[in-house]
Amino acid sequence: MATDSQFATWEVFMQTKPGANYIHAGSVHASDKKMALQNARDTYTRRGEGTSIWVVPSDAIVASNPDDNEMFFDPANDKVYRLPTFYVMPEGAKAI
Amino acid sequence: MELLEKTDKIQEELLKNFEIKIDRGDAIEPRDKMPDGYRKHLIRQMSQHAHSEVIGMQPEGNWITRAPSLRAKQILLAKIQDEGGHGLYLYSAAETLGISRDEMIAQLHSGKAKYSNIFNYPALTWADIGAIGWLVDGAAIVNQVSLQRTSYGPYSRAMVRICKEESFHQRQGYEIMSKMMKGTKDQQGMAQDAMNRWWWPSLMMFGPHDSESPHTGDAFKWKIKRSSNDELRQKFIDKTVQQAEVIGLTIPDKDLKWNEAKGHYHHGPINWNEFYSVIGGGGPCNKQRMAHHIKVHNEGEWVRSAAKAYQEKKEKKLLHL
Repeated sequence: MATDSQFATWEVFMQTKPGANYIHAGSVHASDKKMALQNARDTYTRRGEGTSIWVVPSDAIVASNPDDNEMFFDPANDKVYRLPTFYVMPEGAKAI
Repeated sequence: MELLEKTDKIQEELLKNFEIKIDRGDAIEPRDKMPDGYRKHLIRQMSQHAHSEVIGMQPEGNWITRAPSLRAKQILLAKIQDEGGHGLYLYSAAETLGISRDEMIAQLHSGKAKYSNIFNYPALTWADIGAIGWLVDGAAIVNQVSLQRTSYGPYSRAMVRICKEESFHQRQGYEIMSKMMKGTKDQQGMAQDAMNRWWWPSLMMFGPHDSESPHTGDAFKWKIKRSSNDELRQKFIDKTVQQAEVIGLTIPDKDLKWNEAKGHYHHGPINWNEFYSVIGGGGPCNKQRMAHHIKVHNEGEWVRSAAKAYQEKKEKKLLHL
């Protein structure tokens, strides 16, 4: 077998309809941006699953480390006053 | 010595944390710590699964130019393109475990990685295209539906996507069989002949009996595998028998009988000698399938070189070199 490059990987994000969030669909291999977009289309939208695609070189993605989760997400843990259910509403008040 | 003991302790701790997560039903993601055994098992299973999708394009590809109508040809092309796509989802998912696409292809070519045994059987007539879609994809769906709940996130997500697409494959196959059964005596005979040849290999797709491959393995403990081979095989038989009856096909198993008490069909003995012989390279098409894959891979080399040359040229232009 000839060992040759299968090219860099690109992460594919897809929007299922206008206004929706872009959601990670998977990845493709491609030698350039144009090929990455075309491969993403052929691989992930054969049935009209998307109206818009982003492709990002995989090595450009920075991810948090799951080992640090406790420390990393700690600032959000003790601030229940950020949630609407924290507040006591007077009896009888409507539409709030 | 002390250092070794310390490393062992850390490993033990990691395994414990991993198993707590698995027991809780958490999905494992690429950057999570996982035991080597888990990673290895997944790489083997997922690459085999990806290779199966890709090798599975061959028996059907053979019929594109001979499809009986333009409609049938369009459908078959779309189905085969899906199989290629499924291979790509799975290769991508397997790559998140740290193996490269090149390595996986090299392992396929060297015989280190396997693909599903079923694709070592030939597609002799157009009815075989029906039988492959209905029975082979039908069996694959039963397995893949169960794998949607597998513990490795990227694998599970690929399975969800694949299951959505596979039901078209099964329905188009059943439609072919149903049409042939409404046709001439010869066409009915072809459909039954395909049924006779594909039924048993389809049952073998689920692998050896549970008594031969015990539940207690790591694959169950780590929730890679969610149902046993026999459970999945039974599910497939139970739903397929009725479909065969509706279109007038006979299941080629004289021992097949409905068991009222169990609520399942009882089936006759499976020829495991055949199964192991085909795995060992003794199937009708093993050599042909691999030779074709290697040939096409090598012939595509110039396309990859051209794309690489084009990319380098554009990069130079960008840098004004």
